[in-house]
Amino acid sequence: MKVELLWWEGCPSYPETLADLQGVLAEEGVDAEVELVEVESDEQARRQRFPGSPTVRLDGVDAIPPQDVEPFSLTCRVYRLRDGRISATPDPEDLREAVRRIK
Amino acid sequence: MNIGDVAPTFSLPDTDGTEHGPDGVTVVVFTCNHCPYALGWHERLLQVARDYPQVTFLAINPNDAERYPTDSYQAMKERVEADGGWPHPYLRDESQEVASAYGAKTTPDVFILDADLRLRYRGAPDADHRDAEQGAVWLREALDAVLSGDEPKRAETEPVGCSIKWT
Repeated sequence: MKVELLWWEGCPSYPETLADLQGVLAEEGVDAEVELVEVESDEQARRQRFPGSPTVRLDGVDAIPPQDVEPFSLTCRVYRLRDGRISATPDPEDLREAVRRIK
Repeated sequence: MNIGDVAPTFSLPDTDGTEHGPDGVTVVVFTCNHCPYALGWHERLLQVARDYPQVTFLAINPNDAERYPTDSYQAMKERVEADGGWPHPYLRDESQEVASAYGAKTTPDVFILDADLRLRYRGAPDADHRDAEQGAVWLREALDAVLSGDEPKRAETEPVGCSIKWT
């Protein structure tokens, strides 16, 4: 499984997402390195179809597809936790579900 | 700007076009429409404004609206209208001069000024944008101290949020 974490330095949330993702991968028995991809410009964001930081891709597919059609730009993603709270990071259980779909 | 420094005064338009600036003890929050941290803390900050009617509470959106249209003046107006109004003004810092003068870094970034415009608190509302139970406790503790004429025990915390989108 190819696992990518796309991030932008303007959002402080990617280290937490990286830790959550690595935890989920370990718990699910997936032996995969997380490739960190820094997005540094709006042009790169458009080219990589980057909806915001952090974005997790599994085999090239967004683990948690955005609810709204978002412009591709250097921005922070808005996630909803499973209890409805707004969060700068995805719910780890949503990451787990995405990993299970692929493995 | 350091704790104890006199903050720059300003006059910025709210979503109705009325100009506002610091007046007495004032909370200035740099915020925006699209950042998950700003959105996560939003309701807590509204509640602080409701709970401290004797304090001037000013939310300021300084983000570059060309690159981030969801932060445009029009989008700000639509958001406040959709909410049925806010308990405090939502100001547009189109030139970004106020955010720059305050050294604002993130949305949100909270500043408390005393009646002499001296900076008494700067940082985050509380420790976690996802935990409503925290209730903007750092901001409230600092406000209570300033209103009592005391020094806030925690005068500075690290602002946490999305970086301000400079032009």
